[in-house]
Amino acid sequence: MEHFLGFALPGIPYGCTYALVAVGLVLTYQATGVLNFAYGAQAYLSAFIFTYLVQNKHLPVGVAFVIAVVVVAPGVGLIFDRFLFRKIAPANVIAKLVTGISMLVGIPAVLAIIFTNSNQYNPPSILFNPDVVYFRIAGTPINGISVTCVVATVVTLVALLVLIRWTSLGLKMRGAVESRRLIELDGINGGRVVASAWAVSGLIAGLAGVMLAPQYGQLQFSDYADLMVAAFAAAAWAVLRSLSVAVLVGVLMGMTVTILQGYLPEGSIWSSAALTSLPFVVLVGALVLVPGMRTLGGAKDPLASVDPPTPPTTAALRAPEFDRVIRIAWYVLLVVFSVSMLTWMPKIWENVFNAGLAYSVVFLSITLITGMGGQLSLCQATLAGVGAFMAAQLANHLGLNFLVGGLVGAVAAALVAVVLAFASVRLRGLGLALMTIAAALVFDNVVFAEVDTVHGQPINVTPHLVGLGILNPNGRAFFVLAMVVLAVCVFLVLRVRRGSIGRFLGAMQGSSTAASGIGVNLTWMHVLVFGLSGAVAGIGGTLLSINQQAVNPNTFSWEFSLVFVVVVVTTGVNTPEGAIQAGFGYVVLQQVLTYVPGRLGGNSLLIIFFAFGALTYVAHPEGILEFQKRRWTLRFERLLLRDRTAPSSAAPPGPDGGPPVLASGPAVGG
Amino acid sequence: MAAPSGDVLLRVDGVSKTFGGIAAVNGVSFEVSRGESVGLVGPNGAGKTTLFNCVCGQLRPEAGRIELEGRPLVDMPTFERARLGIGRTYQRVEVFPDMTVRDHLLVSYRARWRKGRLWRDLCNLSKPTAEETEKVDSVLGMVGLDDRAEAPVASLGLGSCRLVELARALVADPVVLMADEPSSGLDIHETQELGTVLRQVQRDRGMAMVLVEHDLSMVAEVVDRTVVMNLGEVIAEGAFATVMADPAVRTAYLGIQE
Repeated sequence: MEHFLGFALPGIPYGCTYALVAVGLVLTYQATGVLNFAYGAQAYLSAFIFTYLVQNKHLPVGVAFVIAVVVVAPGVGLIFDRFLFRKIAPANVIAKLVTGISMLVGIPAVLAIIFTNSNQYNPPSILFNPDVVYFRIAGTPINGISVTCVVATVVTLVALLVLIRWTSLGLKMRGAVESRRLIELDGINGGRVVASAWAVSGLIAGLAGVMLAPQYGQLQFSDYADLMVAAFAAAAWAVLRSLSVAVLVGVLMGMTVTILQGYLPEGSIWSSAALTSLPFVVLVGALVLVPGMRTLGGAKDPLASVDPPTPPTTAALRAPEFDRVIRIAWYVLLVVFSVSMLTWMPKIWENVFNAGLAYSVVFLSITLITGMGGQLSLCQATLAGVGAFMAAQLANHLGLNFLVGGLVGAVAAALVAVVLAFASVRLRGLGLALMTIAAALVFDNVVFAEVDTVHGQPINVTPHLVGLGILNPNGRAFFVLAMVVLAVCVFLVLRVRRGSIGRFLGAMQGSSTAASGIGVNLTWMHVLVFGLSGAVAGIGGTLLSINQQAVNPNTFSWEFSLVFVVVVVTTGVNTPEGAIQAGFGYVVLQQVLTYVPGRLGGNSLLIIFFAFGALTYVAHPEGILEFQKRRWTLRFERLLLRDRTAPSSAAPPGPDGGPPVLASGPAVGG
Repeated sequence: MAAPSGDVLLRVDGVSKTFGGIAAVNGVSFEVSRGESVGLVGPNGAGKTTLFNCVCGQLRPEAGRIELEGRPLVDMPTFERARLGIGRTYQRVEVFPDMTVRDHLLVSYRARWRKGRLWRDLCNLSKPTAEETEKVDSVLGMVGLDDRAEAPVASLGLGSCRLVELARALVADPVVLMADEPSSGLDIHETQELGTVLRQVQRDRGMAMVLVEHDLSMVAEVVDRTVVMNLGEVIAEGAFATVMADPAVRTAYLGIQE
């Protein structure tokens, strides 16, 4: 028994770290209705500023704590509320998720640019000395870090329970989560209540970040990101509602980790796989077994009917004449681009555009699942990785041509996506996002980590594996291959979108209740769109690996799944055109940023650009680029076609046959 | 309670549904014959929409049987019930905001008759056929939406959206139409027009209809028989005038003490 306790007790402080973040997630969700994906980034921000002020500016720990936790952390929460989440309609789950994700990837990138090096060392402790063993339990030494974690968790939990259950503000917060607009009808300043909730939530994030920092010798964002997964798992078992259940599950997870560490053979695959995948298993367990998670985020604001409908897409508004002009312009651009790539394009830009083609195929999978299917998948990079790794393994072990292996890889990615779809068949919105991110992390930690080498060597894509002169540095074969693959994928996606399946998906996205009520099999649509999206991602992943001449797990990590989503959402998630522009925009900006000096180079500015671009998703769910295209299209149209007698047939009439709906403003029905 | 005549199309037998201990529907039984129009009325909270949800498959009852043409429905998913011929409109308008009016009807027609196939899409064989176009146009004309066929539904007002819902249900040739407060949010003129359309369509097509409605003049005009619910139970059934004269109905529904 003492043996067991010796393994279990050291897990409690670890568990408390999960619990503390989980408690923050639950509070945010309870008070604002937002599952805040950016919570880990908020915690990291405060920890970073705190450590930076102490280590680099030599401020006293207390002063640094006040600045980082009491001032900055709630301030960030207030900024989130005022400028981001307040603008999102309560029922728009995808917009909330995208906004949180964009901040999750954006905040560390901002820090990297401001402070050049975003890693800090030896974060100080604010409560107890990490080097002192205060007491022993069952022979286990309890040092300052452990005591700090436990004390911080207990104090935070008690304070929050008091706030939510026994204060007037807590009661108002519980009302605001249902509908901020509804409590305003009762004379309560809903905006102030929600802002208070964000400030408190930010404060806890900052507190958690600073408390946890001493656990890590080197302060880096990836630790906080990993922590988020465990916190998601604990919060999911609490159905984002019960603070005490979140704490209990968090602590149990921490204890399970150290127990497994103690009993499983050190260094074995079981040990590494069990430890890294535990939070994901717990998260998936909650999503599958806890009924409340299936409907999470599905609650509708009683005042949702006052929200205006989303504006129609450009294609629905354009006059046919202008459509023709645009189509011809695209063909001309395509021809000029192809001729340039095959003749005079400098090598460096040829590689950039080739990468753009490969990314476009991967991004097309997001168009399918999010734009057409209305579902947010956070594992598209993973599915691309499944295709690439399958092709690489078949090439290395069976000598199969990489291109043929890529097709098998696409089938494998589709199968993985289908399995994931069946596992998440009852989940929508929040639950689905969590399930897909859990899948991405499982693949990162368990699958890709184990298969990213062949005989201890990284998997390189060599000319003899691909053939057809595709990897010939002086040839143009890859460009031709990538163009053909992209064209075929776009062609098929357009066929699906314009056909019955596209209409069924549109119906499902518009109203799943009505869609099933007219005979659309939602389960089949869910599985089908996942399978198609997986296949396209798998093909894209193979293409990307050929372009990079290596199958690298870092290319397909879960972080990139998030980045890919914000990139596509920024440009336009509803059309294949948006995916292609996202693909090219991503690589061209990446290349352009190599020309800027010092700290602005690298990926940080690129990620910031797209992360903050994704924030426009709320106002322009069709993508900011798509919105600008629509605006300029209609301006030109008005200029060029103003002498037409009849109004554009594509311009729909206003409410009940009223004046035509303007593209720049939503049509308000009712 | 049995339908007065004709062969039974829809049978609801002892259906119960509770929410957290509150019996929203408690042992409700009634039958609808082929071609019959039945009004389901009662005060707010009587369980009418919950019963609709149980029949259409959005909710699963805890007890009781539901049959359509003798086929048990309780274990059948919603989409399969729709494919059997249960059409539905909703209390709170449920339309597909990104679609045109025509697309609403087309998607409903194809879903009902299982005409959506991936391979057909990939082979570009999914363009509307002449038969589909004719069918859609005739239903649009029937409900008076033919001049707004190509309009995005997001640009329509509430009254038109209710007509879109009705047309979407009718284009699938339902054997029974479940209309849930179709006049909600409409003005007197629109309600009268809607009542006329419903009656005409129901008679012309010989389909059965169950109408939940608070506008009693519309109910009186449209239905053959009326079922009155209160607090999850059926309290009266019969001809409209007869049940409205029932003291229990006047007390429970109209608040009139005899």
